[in-house]
Amino acid sequence: MTTIASTAIETTASGLPVDFVDLEPFSAWILETQPERYGRRLAVPMAEMQAFYDVAFPRLPAAIEYCNRFDVNDLPEPVRRLMWLLFSLFEVSLPIEVWRQGRVPDSGAAVIDCIREPLI
Amino acid sequence: MAHFPKPAEGSWTEHYPGLGTGPVSYEDSISPEFYEAEQKAIFRKTWLNVGRVEQLPRTGSYFTREFPWAKVSLVISKDATGTVRAFHNVCRHRGNKLVWDDYPAEETAGACRQFTCKYHAWRYNLDGSLAFVQQEDEFFDLDKANMGLVTVQCEVWEGFIFINLAPEPEQSLTDFLGDMGPALAGYPFHELTHTWKFTSDIAANWKLFVDAFVEFYHAPILHQRQSTQEEGAKLAAVGFEALHYELMSPHSMVSSWGGMSPPKDLNMVKPMERVLRSGLFGPWDSPGVVDELPPGVNPSKHKSWGTDSFVIFPNFMILIWERQWALTYHYWPVGPNKHRFESSLYFAPPKTAYERMQQEYAAIVFKEFAYQDANTLEATQTMLETRVVEQFHLNDQEVLCRHQHAVVREHVAAHQEGRSVNYPWNRAAVNS
Repeated sequence: MTTIASTAIETTASGLPVDFVDLEPFSAWILETQPERYGRRLAVPMAEMQAFYDVAFPRLPAAIEYCNRFDVNDLPEPVRRLMWLLFSLFEVSLPIEVWRQGRVPDSGAAVIDCIREPLI
Repeated sequence: MAHFPKPAEGSWTEHYPGLGTGPVSYEDSISPEFYEAEQKAIFRKTWLNVGRVEQLPRTGSYFTREFPWAKVSLVISKDATGTVRAFHNVCRHRGNKLVWDDYPAEETAGACRQFTCKYHAWRYNLDGSLAFVQQEDEFFDLDKANMGLVTVQCEVWEGFIFINLAPEPEQSLTDFLGDMGPALAGYPFHELTHTWKFTSDIAANWKLFVDAFVEFYHAPILHQRQSTQEEGAKLAAVGFEALHYELMSPHSMVSSWGGMSPPKDLNMVKPMERVLRSGLFGPWDSPGVVDELPPGVNPSKHKSWGTDSFVIFPNFMILIWERQWALTYHYWPVGPNKHRFESSLYFAPPKTAYERMQQEYAAIVFKEFAYQDANTLEATQTMLETRVVEQFHLNDQEVLCRHQHAVVREHVAAHQEGRSVNYPWNRAAVNS
């Protein structure tokens, strides 16, 4: 595994690695916790999630390859931010690929809270 | 059409004579009187899982559990000898709650050398003994040696911490677990330390959610849209058959195939699953932490095995997946038609960023399914309560639902009649 010092990573305005500057318009999805990411999924219109998915999903293989260069237990800040953005992409993939709406259909008043998760 | 063999009797249900095959009443899930009886007969007398030893990494680590259903708050901690102990979370002085942060009703966790009451600074050692009394000479006849925290029975099995609210439990934890203990012994739960936990307040009796997770008859229908259209239709047409069911009353298990991890054909799954090689059945790549499965896992030794669901009576389930991760469910009663559902996912620590992404996606997809399951329960509860229909037909793939209600009713009846519990359908009883 190659170790790259975080100071060596050139970043975009929102702190993503500059290699992923094309994801910069979606920086509002750089969210650290699952409740925040899920909350945004419920809060924004489908069109916004579709735009995010259409740009970010084709970039996923390159992003995986990039993140894998670093020690997962010691990710530099720009890579952590990229990972948070990717986690948001995973979150919106369900509405885009399956549901055609933000909420799970027929989930009515059900609320499930994530109270523990391994943070990166 | 049977795809997997059944016992010689022709069905899993008839394999356990005495369980019956007739329709079942769900009065036990709607009656407030039954709920009260169930509290006394089961939840205040039975071993209950409250967490894992990994939540107590070192001497002085602790966490609290709030059980408003029993009007109980507990502190679970690790003392200097490494012993896991449980105490009622109440100061012996004037009854203040001992361990809490900001909001007394919320659970908390941390580490300390002694427990110090916020009110008058009485201090307790990690073994529960009273260590310090503020202005001790102002008190009258205070015998500090007998003023330790009130202990709660606590035992550990395979890293799972159990408590029993009975001052003198009728059985040790080992005896209570019976055949379930050796069935899972040695599984490397301690390696699966990367955890997610979800909670949900469900407007249904706790037993209805157990029912939902001990049968997969519902899966091809309720969750049809989570598969691609073609695959969803195919799954619904085939239906569901388990590989194996086993009653270890009061406990039980169901063993299932796991064709989606990885799928035979990538076109069966969603685009994101193809890239991440992960989904509801977990990451498709095993972390390599399991050398040999315990004897009770995949009991039919089927090559298509995917997951086993173990039900530890009354309200605890452990799911073990072929891809070497685990899930637990807890169903905590809150009222006749309310419960708190907890689910935890346990993975081996990821070795790469990609493995971390695979786990994240599995946790997200799990939550999607849980939403569908959770909401259906409220619809069931409210209609059961109308009592328009009072007898319900359970099929052979719902044998664990039938078993659960039979066990609960038997425990309540035995308690009310002052006799010991008896499971007439047990194979040992049948064969003797």
